[in-house]
Amino acid sequence: MAASDVDQGENVAVLDRVVIRFAGDSGDGMQLVGDRFTDLSASFGNDLATLPNYPAEIRAPAGTVAGVSSFQVHISDHDIVTPGDSPNVLVCMNPAALKANLADMTPGSTIIVNSDSFEERDLDKAKLDSNPLEDGSLDGFHLHQVPMTSLTKLATKKLDVKQRDAERSKNFFALGLICWMYTRPVGPMIEWIESQYAARPAIRDANLAAFRAGRNFGETAELFDHPYEVKPATLPPGKYRNIIGNLATAYGLLAASQQSGLPMVLASYPITPASDILHELSKHKNFGVKTVQAEDEIAAAAMAVGAAFTGQLAVTTTSGPGLDLKSEAIGLAVSLELPLVIVDVQRAGPSTGMPTKTEQADLLTAMYGRHGECPLPIVAAKSPSNCFDAAFEAARIALKYRTPVILLSDGYLANGAEPWLLPDLDELPDISVEFTTEMNASGPDGTPVFHPYKRDPETLARPWAIPGTPDLEHRIGGIEKHDGDGNISYQPENHERMVRLRQAKVDGIANDIPGVELDEDDGAELLVLGWGSTWGAIKAGVRRVRIGGQRVSRAHLTHLSPMPADLGEVLARYPKVLIPEMNTGQLALLIRGKYLVDARSYTIVSGIPFKAAAMESRILEEIAR
Amino acid sequence: MSVTEPISGNGSTTPVALTRKDFVSDQEVRWCPGCGDYSILAALQMMLPNINVPREDLVFISGIGCSSRFPYYMNTYGMHSIHGRAPAIATGVAVSRPDLHVWVIGGDGDMLSIGGNHLIHALRRNVNLKILMFNNRIYGLTKGQYSPTSEQGKITKSTPFGSIDHPFNPISVAIGAEASFVARTHDMDRKHMQEIFTRAHEHKGAAFVEVYQNCNVFNDGAFDAILRKDARPDMLIPLRHGEPIRWGAEGEHGVAVNQFGEPYVCRTVDVGVEHLLVHDEHRQDPTLAFALSRLSTGPSMPTPVGVFREIDRPIYEEELAGQLEESVKRAGPGDLATLISSGPTWTVA
Repeated sequence: MAASDVDQGENVAVLDRVVIRFAGDSGDGMQLVGDRFTDLSASFGNDLATLPNYPAEIRAPAGTVAGVSSFQVHISDHDIVTPGDSPNVLVCMNPAALKANLADMTPGSTIIVNSDSFEERDLDKAKLDSNPLEDGSLDGFHLHQVPMTSLTKLATKKLDVKQRDAERSKNFFALGLICWMYTRPVGPMIEWIESQYAARPAIRDANLAAFRAGRNFGETAELFDHPYEVKPATLPPGKYRNIIGNLATAYGLLAASQQSGLPMVLASYPITPASDILHELSKHKNFGVKTVQAEDEIAAAAMAVGAAFTGQLAVTTTSGPGLDLKSEAIGLAVSLELPLVIVDVQRAGPSTGMPTKTEQADLLTAMYGRHGECPLPIVAAKSPSNCFDAAFEAARIALKYRTPVILLSDGYLANGAEPWLLPDLDELPDISVEFTTEMNASGPDGTPVFHPYKRDPETLARPWAIPGTPDLEHRIGGIEKHDGDGNISYQPENHERMVRLRQAKVDGIANDIPGVELDEDDGAELLVLGWGSTWGAIKAGVRRVRIGGQRVSRAHLTHLSPMPADLGEVLARYPKVLIPEMNTGQLALLIRGKYLVDARSYTIVSGIPFKAAAMESRILEEIAR
Repeated sequence: MSVTEPISGNGSTTPVALTRKDFVSDQEVRWCPGCGDYSILAALQMMLPNINVPREDLVFISGIGCSSRFPYYMNTYGMHSIHGRAPAIATGVAVSRPDLHVWVIGGDGDMLSIGGNHLIHALRRNVNLKILMFNNRIYGLTKGQYSPTSEQGKITKSTPFGSIDHPFNPISVAIGAEASFVARTHDMDRKHMQEIFTRAHEHKGAAFVEVYQNCNVFNDGAFDAILRKDARPDMLIPLRHGEPIRWGAEGEHGVAVNQFGEPYVCRTVDVGVEHLLVHDEHRQDPTLAFALSRLSTGPSMPTPVGVFREIDRPIYEEELAGQLEESVKRAGPGDLATLISSGPTWTVA
């Protein structure tokens, strides 16, 4: 980005980081504005992390607290790992947005409101008895009242655009104002509006006019002392793009399809917050991806099992309620020992729960949520961009060990964004598999036969002989199979052997995955152990504790089943272990049970990720204990 | 044992003469003695050598239930899966590999109760599956509860005071789902079964075949009223494309259409042969085929057997493969490096 593009004069204060939250009604376009600001900041070279937060209803009643949608973005000139705790700046398009978000603001921070939307009627909809702009409840904040609606109307007056449409451009006014405040480059934004709305010139012109008006307002209104600048971050060298978790998951699966040489078949049923993976992969048919929108979650899993039988990279994507429904088909895949990737983008439960809010409460379902002894590998992504690696890893394990693998993502990762250092695709491992084409055993009379459950002695994986292969015709099923020949067997000793073999196969994967991710501090007595998407918040909390002069170590799991081979030894080195999770202690239960460690839990189930400050205080508490 | 031999040069294989024996697996058949499933298995094993498909290209997918043990007895690729899901699993197979010949086997409970949803969706999508539904109007494997095709009032272990459920007419369900091929046959007539199975195989698209099947342990004689040798001439209505619908020893029964366009059973002599309904399998509109399926509300009335409907409709997996081809033509083969670096990027030195 050319520096001249952001030149806004001399009086610019430099910040090392800033957290901005855009909040408004679901219909106000806050997600759009947040996305745009994020992309601008990403291409400007800031490190960043985002937290979109929106209701499940497409359009909750306008102006109500239930209908508030927000987008938080944290930008910095250094490496950051969370979307930030408390916003430095809150942009509120209406009273409901102010009401819903005020509790997250600390005194001294900045609040910018659209003062046009604080009429009696608006206050009523937000169920506010008095006007917060007047009743003193915002004392202690830097409050800026900007009549965004009327200024937007004024700016678009001369255009051939309906008043109602003009008013809808007010989100671009807000974006323009914030872009001025944080010296974002103008050019890319204008280009984006021009190309995005090329087919609707009236809307394009209104948005452009509103964006420019917002920017000019910042410059001339003297409401703000000066703009700020957050300089580009010094990240490891390479080519970057901004990415959200669901997109990274889709790309990771595409990479696995290419590196395995197997065409991908994705069968899914729409469900929040996983649908975007289906949407994305449906676009890329030229990659040989076949996507099927199944009639239900069960069918989606079943179709994937059918695809796996024929030698495809079979995938199904879902969220918690869908995982429940798929469990029988996943159990079948465990019994058939066929490769299958199940992506569970976790959301707050139980039942429908809060579809658009995040949680990590499906860990035990992934681990044990099927009848019988039904073990399978589990991989969990730790950040939005890490979804790429996690998806690839899930596919690698599935194909190599002929097993269903559950990939755990969550709502925060799915929609959260961060810069992604683009991987060198040539460096990705070859994960191709060899289909069996020859008989592999002898029958009673010595003639060659095919035994579908004759295992590879090292991986314990069974041969994958796909339909169309002459002479290897065979039948598999959910009934217990005789070890080796795969015939139906109800023999007690055979079932005992098969149950333990299936477990041993999964356990053995521990020798084929990296050791636990460790960030140790010499002399630390406390180990903070996390898994999945709490990675950023734990890292930020630990960083704060260390800056404060205390010692703490950190470990993180991306493989939950099996766990890394060295985990027990690592845990044993620490007198204290703290496990933060967005559930009520599911990993802690596993760790205590498996390693006999007196691990303590730090849990939240609010539908919102951990905050670094709270993480810091909980760690300090644990150190002091 | 190899039943195929490669043609030199192109690596493809061509079937050599197969026999029934080639389709018999080494597994002992474990249905109850006297079960109707035996004759269906035999009919299929006798019919398959005639269709010129290499054994390795045949896949049998079943659900759960007595009939769903079927794949174990077929020396082809097969999967005995989970209750009700066979049509969905088979859809996954067919979508992945349109070159395979995929058959789905299940019972009335499997396909119309727990798996009803998958059945209708496989039919509406017109996936190239050959679906054989063995209808014995009872749950056999769970030892005798009523099924979704059991008649109202049926006394079973779970309905000691009689079933109050209104039964499905499977043919009506299939036609209602706009299946492109719908037929009915029964386990007492091997020749008819083979004829219908062959027709199902030859059909391009989803084929639904209801096979009346006697469960001699839990629902013995459920179809006796129409399938007893002496009852058949009067009680089975043979559907033959292009011919007037007419049956009976002397052709004395027929189907005509009333002033509302509804078919009804009549005496041929009352309306005259020239006024009998001429069966047309290929009517695009399913209404008349549906109406024919309503002629009988159960196997105590004259019941049509044969092909109700066979029409041309785009095949799901061919359409999908077409979209892939089209996409490559339009955008070129996918390049992942280009894709992941699409949109704004920046370089850190």
